[in-house]
Amino acid sequence: MSANQDGANLLEVRGLTKVFGTLTACDHIDLDVAKGEIHALLGENGAGKSTLVKMLFGTLEPNSGEILWNGQAVTITDPGFAKKLGIGMVFQHFSLFEALTAAENIALSLEDGSPISAIAAKARALSYSYGLPLDPQSLVGDLSVGERQRIEIIRCLLQTPQLIILDEPTSVLTPQEADKLFETLERLRSEGKSILYISHRLEEVKRICDRATVLRHGKVVGHCNPRAETAASLARMMVGNDVQAVVRAPAEGIETAQPLLEIRALSRKPATPFSIPLKNINLTVRAGEVIGIAGVAGNGQGEFFESVSGEVPQQDAASVRIRGKDAGGLGITGRRLMGAAFVPEERLGHGAAPRMKLSENLLLSRHATDGKVFVGAGGMVKSDAIYAASQRIIEAMDVRKSAPDPEAAALSGGNLQKFIVGRELDRRPDVMVVNQPTWGVDAGAAAHIRQTLIGLARSGSAVLVISQDLDELFEISDAIAVMHNGELSKPLPIAEATFEKIGLLMGGAEPGHAEHTLETA
Amino acid sequence: MMRLELIKRPQRSMLFSALSPFIAFMLTIVAGAILFALLGVNPLKAFEIYFIEPVSQVWQLHELAIKAAPLILIGVGLSVCYRANIWNIGAEGQFILGGIVGSIIPVLFPQFEGPLVLPLMLLFGMVGGAAYAAIPALLKTRFNTNEILTSLMLVYVAQLFLDWLVRGPWRDPKGFNFPQTIQFNDSAILPELMPASGRANWGFVFALVAAVLVWILMSRMLKGFEVRVLGSSPRAGRFAGFGINRMVFFAFMLSGALAGLAGISEVSGAIGQLQPVISPGYGFTAIIVAFLGRLNPLGIVAAGLVLALTYLGGEAVQSALGISDKVARVFQGMLLFFVLGCDTLIHYRIRLIGFATPKLEAAPKLEEAR
Repeated sequence: MSANQDGANLLEVRGLTKVFGTLTACDHIDLDVAKGEIHALLGENGAGKSTLVKMLFGTLEPNSGEILWNGQAVTITDPGFAKKLGIGMVFQHFSLFEALTAAENIALSLEDGSPISAIAAKARALSYSYGLPLDPQSLVGDLSVGERQRIEIIRCLLQTPQLIILDEPTSVLTPQEADKLFETLERLRSEGKSILYISHRLEEVKRICDRATVLRHGKVVGHCNPRAETAASLARMMVGNDVQAVVRAPAEGIETAQPLLEIRALSRKPATPFSIPLKNINLTVRAGEVIGIAGVAGNGQGEFFESVSGEVPQQDAASVRIRGKDAGGLGITGRRLMGAAFVPEERLGHGAAPRMKLSENLLLSRHATDGKVFVGAGGMVKSDAIYAASQRIIEAMDVRKSAPDPEAAALSGGNLQKFIVGRELDRRPDVMVVNQPTWGVDAGAAAHIRQTLIGLARSGSAVLVISQDLDELFEISDAIAVMHNGELSKPLPIAEATFEKIGLLMGGAEPGHAEHTLETA
Repeated sequence: MMRLELIKRPQRSMLFSALSPFIAFMLTIVAGAILFALLGVNPLKAFEIYFIEPVSQVWQLHELAIKAAPLILIGVGLSVCYRANIWNIGAEGQFILGGIVGSIIPVLFPQFEGPLVLPLMLLFGMVGGAAYAAIPALLKTRFNTNEILTSLMLVYVAQLFLDWLVRGPWRDPKGFNFPQTIQFNDSAILPELMPASGRANWGFVFALVAAVLVWILMSRMLKGFEVRVLGSSPRAGRFAGFGINRMVFFAFMLSGALAGLAGISEVSGAIGQLQPVISPGYGFTAIIVAFLGRLNPLGIVAAGLVLALTYLGGEAVQSALGISDKVARVFQGMLLFFVLGCDTLIHYRIRLIGFATPKLEAAPKLEEAR
């Protein structure tokens, strides 16, 4: 099945199967990883990538199938055993203590009990030798996301693994930081280490990976050489059919259109030691346009969203204006009543209550704006009305689900996101603010969500999209601004914006001083 | 050697959600049998006296209703708090303040009689309980204090305040220095439901009505939705525009009002005057009632009757077998212990693991770890 059958395989997986209830998350997966290769694991969300990797790292037990390590059958019972074998893992979501230093965090995961100072020295030496400079004495809370990822990588490398599993490593990096990471990965490959690289970013897979295994609905649909494929052909393998490209008609007459969302000198003090202060943010979103806000995670986007949505109201009522009226002193309900709608980054626990039905989650954001329709006399909820409306949204957004009105937590991330976006679109809001509209959403659903956001803008609404996905922002925005360390740059019209310009702004460069920063980065 | 392992279920088990109280009850019976055996009593005989004899005659059912009424009223109010993830442990104090404030009219204005007296007393009782519950709510929202501690400490304040009142300013001047107020006049006494067959009073009806109303509130109304959202995912609640501080006051004052109503119902119904002690720990036992009833108002009605039985049974074994009636507290404690323990089964399943599991076994295993 694979090109590499000469016995030099570090890891071989044969018929690995994992069943959750009625769902077969991994269905007879075969996979070979040779020594000294970067092997891509491609697939949409829910294709079974994470389940497979968890079985390799010992956090899930397979139902059947076998794992061969250097030709020997092994049962990986727990992560400790995986580490002993020589499997290291860098998770997408970091597990670091913000109040501890980098060295202390590393020491926690090593079980040899060596003194912190020794670990720090080792970590520092290793980090510089791999071109990932890291100060072991720095507090994690003070570090950027890219630097935190370095800690995770160094922590993994200190255990001298043979196989390193990286789960979506570039999703939190600027383009420049990602380049650095690729250099490190190539260096590791040249030392004979193997890397299992999980991603859905096809361009970077084409760039650094030697072979790829593509998963769809829990099954292997193909092994290929990504360099011989195009991004479109890889996408076709992942999704099973062609992903409809997002169409964005040029916006016309925007300059004179009515400003629907205005942010004037918005500042906010940090609420906790680890949150980012907002500094004098100014932005205007006019009827008919989509403005994108780019930025590396943790540069104040969350704080900005809370301030604009009114979850945290402002002292100065004029700092947020909706449809020409001051809204800064109002809470989120007041702002919704003025015609604004919001989609937060976290789906479960913020945009939706996990243990509640979809129809109840509809009520979550619309109990006030659609009070007459959904809530009857004396505060009684009209369950028929919310059920009917939620079914309407499910149909309009093509939400796939297993029961007529399931709990939010029972939906896959992409389907829940479609429901949450659809819940707000269903109101035809004049102002729509979305944080990470397609985070973790599969390609087909993401294209659908992006297209509906453009459609909403073109029908006369103002749309503000906060995203870490630059491809997405370039696809849908009429102008892109960059948030860095709580400050927002001037929006760049899409015609002038390039990946490099935006990437430099994401790294903290002043527009115009780009050259200087490039050297020090 | 065997070991037990808890394995998280992918979703909560509906079966064990319903079965858990019954398993807990069975385990309580088993542990109770051991307890009675150690006390040198035949467990079967003891159970008959504890659980069956107290409800074998009609007048005894009335006694059961008298004991169950405050437990249900308080438990129903507490269920709203606990659903909102707000931990009111001070219902006992709110019960006492309800009794005190509700008694203002019959104690200080005994000459005021008529059909208005009783409704006013009940209203005063609810206001007293709600106002007393507002103290921990205020402390929590203003100073971020832990409501478990403040509401609990206020119980002791209320108990000592009542003690001082009935020994001091409110003492019956013709009461031979007994620490108690005057007997309430007839229009201040909560009427009995069916005087021909027993003592049960309207308090039990209040309890049933409160259970139904709170059930409607929680399952059918926007306010109940607000309680459930803020309790289960506070961030989603904030996104919905629900204020957590308003909810703290709402939940505390609602449960305080119901505890206060229970207090004045008990004083004007079962007792007829204020005494140094007006509750055998109803406010604390109601916490067990709320959890045994799955925080569902209708389940709480059933749970209230069960816990009321433990009080009657405690009195029965004391008189019949000479065992301390503290055994009732033991039973209540065991019941809560086992209920909380069995609730683990809703989210976890138990797996027995033998010591000698072959290392390289690739046999199918259906469990999900982590």
